[in-house]
Amino acid sequence: MSDLLMMLGDANTRWVLVGTMLLGLASGVLGSFALLRKQSLIGDAVAHAALPGICIAFLFTGEKSLIVLLIGATTTGLLAAYCIQLIVSSSIIKEDTAICLILSVFFGFGIVLLTKVQQMPSGNKSGLDAFIFGQAASLVGSDVKLMAGAAAILIIITMLLFKEFKVLTFDPEFAKGLGLPTGFLNFLFLSLLVAVVVIGIQAVGVILMAALLITPAIAARYWTNSLSKMIIISGIFGAISGVVGTLISTFGQGLPTGPFIVVTATFIFLVSMLFAPERGIIAKKIKQNIYHKQLNKAGAKEGMS
Amino acid sequence: MSYEAWILIIGSLAGVTCGIIGCFLILRRLSMLADAISHTVLLGIVLAFLISQSMNGMYMLIGAAVVGVLTAVFVQLLSSSGIQEDASIGVVFTFLFAIGVILITVFADNVHLDVDHALMGEIAFVPFDLVQLGFLPPLPKAFLMLSAVLITNLLIIVLFYKEFKITSFDPQMAAAIGIPVLFIHYLLMGMVSITTVASFDSVGAILVVAMLIAPGASAYLLTNKLTIMLLLSAVFGIASAVLGYYTASFLDASISGSMASVNGIIFALVFLFSPSKGLISKKFTFKKLNTES
Repeated sequence: MSDLLMMLGDANTRWVLVGTMLLGLASGVLGSFALLRKQSLIGDAVAHAALPGICIAFLFTGEKSLIVLLIGATTTGLLAAYCIQLIVSSSIIKEDTAICLILSVFFGFGIVLLTKVQQMPSGNKSGLDAFIFGQAASLVGSDVKLMAGAAAILIIITMLLFKEFKVLTFDPEFAKGLGLPTGFLNFLFLSLLVAVVVIGIQAVGVILMAALLITPAIAARYWTNSLSKMIIISGIFGAISGVVGTLISTFGQGLPTGPFIVVTATFIFLVSMLFAPERGIIAKKIKQNIYHKQLNKAGAKEGMS
Repeated sequence: MSYEAWILIIGSLAGVTCGIIGCFLILRRLSMLADAISHTVLLGIVLAFLISQSMNGMYMLIGAAVVGVLTAVFVQLLSSSGIQEDASIGVVFTFLFAIGVILITVFADNVHLDVDHALMGEIAFVPFDLVQLGFLPPLPKAFLMLSAVLITNLLIIVLFYKEFKITSFDPQMAAAIGIPVLFIHYLLMGMVSITTVASFDSVGAILVVAMLIAPGASAYLLTNKLTIMLLLSAVFGIASAVLGYYTASFLDASISGSMASVNGIIFALVFLFSPSKGLISKKFTFKKLNTES
């Protein structure tokens, strides 16, 4: 316990915690929409596709300035999302194959570039490999402020456009009928998704970033049927996962942050799946039992008469 | 045999083995499940290592096959409990993969098994890892594993070809005429798992996805016949392995990464120039139709 208090006393740790909390919140919020729009796995592809962008940015500038790396990551992330949509819309290849293909090819290209970066004299110490699994402990103050600020902006944009996104998610035809710019809104949502993935990769890593979009949202889905509540709950779950995962990983030496955040989120998901009122497995079982008893009783009565 | 020849042979074997399985994955829309399995296989390998305390290939194959099939079972369980399928895949594979990574960093830090190796593979060292088997001269371990898996896969596919074909194209009809659809599904998942493990040493857990999906996807755009698709996919698998190796030695970069990139380039070319389903030929057909009307 005293360890924990000591860690919390450290200003950098506190910043990192704020950063991962806001990140979890933002990805929980956007993940809910992605889940309902069945775009969860696009987040996975975008996260993997960020790797070549990061490496290209580093190869061009030769320095590890977070904002430059993030611009690179955003570019290739958006490109990957566009490629997926192009393949699906103009060939017989289905979405899952397109996602898988783009994800692995971009990641493979990223690995090629990563080996080139590591051969550079400055690249060896660049720590770009930390992007694969995330290393929140390596974040410095300015990085965290950037991350937290970006996450806050993403949350605000989503809140402002809540009504539009809601219509677009549940009834795209109706949205078009209302005269909403659906093409633009789709693009905007995809960009927000790419942005949250990109700011998350330094903390969670490219491979596991998808979990932060999917798992809190799924867990939240068990507790409510209303979109606004689901977004809030999902955001809270994401924030808890971020904070707890970061705390666990800072206890040990050199433990990656991403996996612990994911394990925390999955734990929340399992608890929700079991214990949520109404939709949880246990609640369903109890309800079934009650019905069975009532049926049996009714059946017995009928048999008597 | 020379060092380079071994790398080319092993890469091509991985290409063929993955390419053939990949066709069925694409037709059954199971690509993402294969992606998930290629991640979770890491957990199987780590567990096999922790339990047996050895890097024996046999234990790893078993561990990976078990975890691979478990992944498929978990996904099935979640999606039958009402969660949409893509999300259940996302939850299951990220969780199992995260546990694999944690176990590696905590318990297996000082051994040959490290995360980078697991992700990217190191085909450059594969020819040095020799095994003596009976009267044969010492052969690379990866070569033996890949050949064994390829032969097993081919045998299964030849034996159950009709079943695989019908369940891929029309699962309802397959069920109606009494083919055990679920058994075939898990059989395929088991094959994906052992294929992933056998290719694991050479190309790594993540890039094996490129080897699985890309050749099949390219072949899918060129033909409408399953047998031709399987053949083309195998050919693309070999081509990407060979070209990938030479690209990598030219650029002095990661071999497995180059193989994945070449796979991507082949797909892009086919996507643009395929005679019947390519982007450009489609444009021409539209133009023709426009001028005729």
